[in-house]
Parts: sequence; structure tokens; C-alpha cells
Amino acid sequence: MNDISIEFKEVAKAFVRDNGSRQVILDNVSFSIPAGKTTVIAGGSGQGKSVTLKLILGLMQEDSGHIFVGGDEITGIRGSKLKELRTRFGVLFQGSALFDSMTVFENVALPLKERTKKTDSEIKKQVLSSLEQLELLGHENKFPAQLSGGMKKRAGLARALQLKPEIMLFDEPTTGLDPVMTQEIYQLFAKTQEQIGYTSVIVSHDIPKVFNLADQVIVLHNGEVEAFPSPEAIQWSSKPHIRKFVKTTMGEIYQSHLVEQ
Amino acid sequence: MQLNTISRFGSTGLVVVTDMGRMGLYLLQIIQGCFRVPFRFSELMRQLNFIGVGSLVVIFFTAASTGMVLGLQGYYSLHKFGAEGMLGSAVSLTLIMELGPVLTALMVTGRAGSAMCAELGIMRISEQIDALDCMAVDPFRYLISPKLLAAFISVPLLTVLFDVVGIAGGYVAGVQLMGVNPGSFFDGMQRSVTNHDIMLGTVKSFVFAVLIVWICSGRGFFVHQIKGAGFGARSVSKVTTQAVVLSSISILVFDYLLTAILI
Repeated sequence: MNDISIEFKEVAKAFVRDNGSRQVILDNVSFSIPAGKTTVIAGGSGQGKSVTLKLILGLMQEDSGHIFVGGDEITGIRGSKLKELRTRFGVLFQGSALFDSMTVFENVALPLKERTKKTDSEIKKQVLSSLEQLELLGHENKFPAQLSGGMKKRAGLARALQLKPEIMLFDEPTTGLDPVMTQEIYQLFAKTQEQIGYTSVIVSHDIPKVFNLADQVIVLHNGEVEAFPSPEAIQWSSKPHIRKFVKTTMGEIYQSHLVEQ
Repeated sequence: MQLNTISRFGSTGLVVVTDMGRMGLYLLQIIQGCFRVPFRFSELMRQLNFIGVGSLVVIFFTAASTGMVLGLQGYYSLHKFGAEGMLGSAVSLTLIMELGPVLTALMVTGRAGSAMCAELGIMRISEQIDALDCMAVDPFRYLISPKLLAAFISVPLLTVLFDVVGIAGGYVAGVQLMGVNPGSFFDGMQRSVTNHDIMLGTVKSFVFAVLIVWICSGRGFFVHQIKGAGFGARSVSKVTTQAVVLSSISILVFDYLLTAILI
């Protein structure tokens, strides 16, 4: 198995605003995401966290540079190759992106119905077992609008995990959840990752809580990328913008700890 | 100043060309989607129910009213020349060749096209279409192709219903109310309506079915890429209005073109 799951080489992405000016999101950035581990992508709003996820998924095309997934270059791929690439991913969207006209059961069963040749009874068995594991049993006939925020996330996670993905991408997975629910969701991520062994990429601004899960942290700032081998390492950075980021997101207590060190 | 005008003109031109290219590709993809497996039979049935069965009432009343008005107006016009006997021919030809296909398509656009656009727009802004993409499920085949097939089947059938009810309305107004001879009403109709006229109406209804789904679903599907549409719920409402207007205008323009080509 390749040690590197996802690799960005000199990737650039910019948007042209309505007034014609360019907004640089990624300025020739390079970084890699190790396989089987958890990487947290952090950064302020509008710094390109979600764009990075969309580039990985091929939902958006980079202006220049190269992106590799499991050693295969995905730059500019289309059609069946892009479809094949996406079969390797599971995605948990910020708003869960459950199909609101379908029940929880139908939502979770959808990837199995569409992408496998399993019979209805096999699908039912697998879906109910997943729902039981994620504590959603008894809610399978409800519609997304009838679920709480945490339940929606769990249903979204159940759907994303049905095809046992190689890489799981989480886009702001705890937005709108209370601290207890946030903790439960993080525990579920750790548990399912241990079972399936997927590479986890979490885009989040839930700092420092999300760092409990992180093996590596990537900080995006003004189009540049800073990768840290551990959540602790981010606190030793001497770069002013990283120090400012640490101070704003983790508070003075971490800085005092730094000073003591 | 002059440079700014040229630049704005060029930029608008680019937006139009990009939009047309995107919509052209979209049409190809939704047609291809009809032939891809797995086929969503239950969704096709649901859409047939929504587009076809759900439009029966509005089509019935529009057709009855149109036919009766045609019967009355036709009677007053033809009466001036003593040609009331031509009423059956006038009502049936107008309905079969023009009003049947056009009014059916406009009614379906207002009822089903707008709903289609809003549904897809909401799915787009709430990342449901992105979720399908990420699951490697083709959204064209999964979401749009059943709608296209359902419209392709139901719009011509609704047109036939419109024609029949419209002619019956014309009969009630002309024969029952104004006293035109029933024999001459039906005889005129039988003698003047040819297979070619029916074919023209049928071809129109098939073309309009594709236009409705293509434009209405396409505007909703690409709500996030339409320049000037804005964001969120407002963008969906704006694009839905746009879709109904664009689809209606296209139906009228294509009606003229098809008549000019096929008549």
C-alpha cells in the first residue's frame, strides 16, 4: 500500500470575482496526506479549505499543478476515470447533504442500490446493521427534516461508509452541533476509522477539539500551506500568522504553555 | 470608457457562449442517461404521475375553455360570410396544429417545469447533487433522465387530450349553443384534417416536451453557475422564474420554426 494517500504538487487555484479581480485561493501549494491516518485541514473562513476538498474530489479543476490520489494523477480526469476515482472516496458534507425527499433508510441504501449488485434483502441487512452501529435504529423511516443535527451527521456518515471507502473526507463535520454531540461524532469517526482503516481528511474550524483526532495538521493561510506532523508541532511554529492562528483558536493558555517550554 | 463598454460586451458574450455550451452538453448527457443502466422504473412512474396525471385537470379546463371560445369566436366570424359549416374544420385545425401542442406545453411548463427547476435548484444548493457526484452516481441518469422520458411520454398524450376536449368544447359552443349543423361540423373536420396536420401537432408536442425538461431542469441543475442569479433560496426563486419565462419563449419560437419547416 502506498504510504501517501493524497499529494498536492504546486497546485494553484484562483477565482475571478464579478468585478474582474482575481482572488488567489491556493498559491502553488504542495503537501501530502499520509494513508490510514487523520489529517486536519484548518484555516480561517475563505482560506480555501472546502476548495481543497473539491479539488481532491474532482468537483473543481485546479488552474495549474498536479494532484495525486494513491499515486495516480487525477489532474484533468473526466468521465469514467473520474467516476472510478470517486468510488474510492466517502464524503460527509457540512450540511450532511441527505436527500430530503428520501427516508434515512433510502438515503443509506442509495449507494448500495446504485453501485452494487446486492439483492434487496442483502441491502436491507447491511443498512440496518450500519444504522444500529450508529445508533439510528428505529429512525430508519424518518425523513431528514425529522432528525436532529447529530442524527443527520450520523445518517450522512452511515451513507458515506456503505461502500467502505479508502479515503473519507469530512467537510466541517461538527458545525451546528453542541459540545457533547461534537465529542460523540469525533468518537464515531475514530471508531469507524479503526474498523475500516480509511484515510481521514477533516476540514474543520473546531480548533483545538478536532486536534484530538489529528495525526497531521495542515493550515491554509492567504493561499499558502503549512503542514505540521502533529497537533503539538503547530504550537512551536515561529511564523507570525501561525502564532496568531494558534492564539485566536486555542487561546492564551496554550501560549503560556509555550512560553514555559 | 469605450474600452469598458467593449470589455463588458465581451464578458457578456463569453457568459452567453459558456451557458449555451453547458446547456448543449447537458442535453446530450440527459439523453444519454435515458439509455444507461440501472434504469429507474419507479422514478419514471412517479414522474409520469407528476407530469402526466397531475396535469390532467389543468389541461382539461384549459382545453374546454379554449375550444368553447374558439367555437364562439369562429361562429361569429364565419357567420358574417355565411360559412358556419366551416366551424368544425377551423376549430379542429387550429387546435391540432397550433393551440393544442402550444397551450399544453405552456401549462406543463407552469405546473411541472417550475417545480422541476425549484426541486433541482434546492438539491444543488443543499449539496445533494454534489453528494450524488461523490457517490459516483450519475446525476443526469439518476435525476433528470426519468423526467425527460416522462415528459416525452406524457406531453404528447396530454396534447391529444387537449385536442379532443378542445374540439368537444368547440362542438358544445358552436353546435349546441349557436345551432351550427352537427353534420357539417364533423364533415368539415373530417375533410380538412389530414395525417400531415396530426403529424405536425405530434412532432411539436415531442419537441416541446424536450424543451421543457431541458430548460427547466437545466436552470435548476446549474443554479450555482448562473451569473447574476445570486445565492441561496433567492437564487432558486430567481432561476425558477427565469426557467418558466425562457421555456415559454422557446416553445413559442420553436412553434413558429416547426410550422415554417414542416407545413
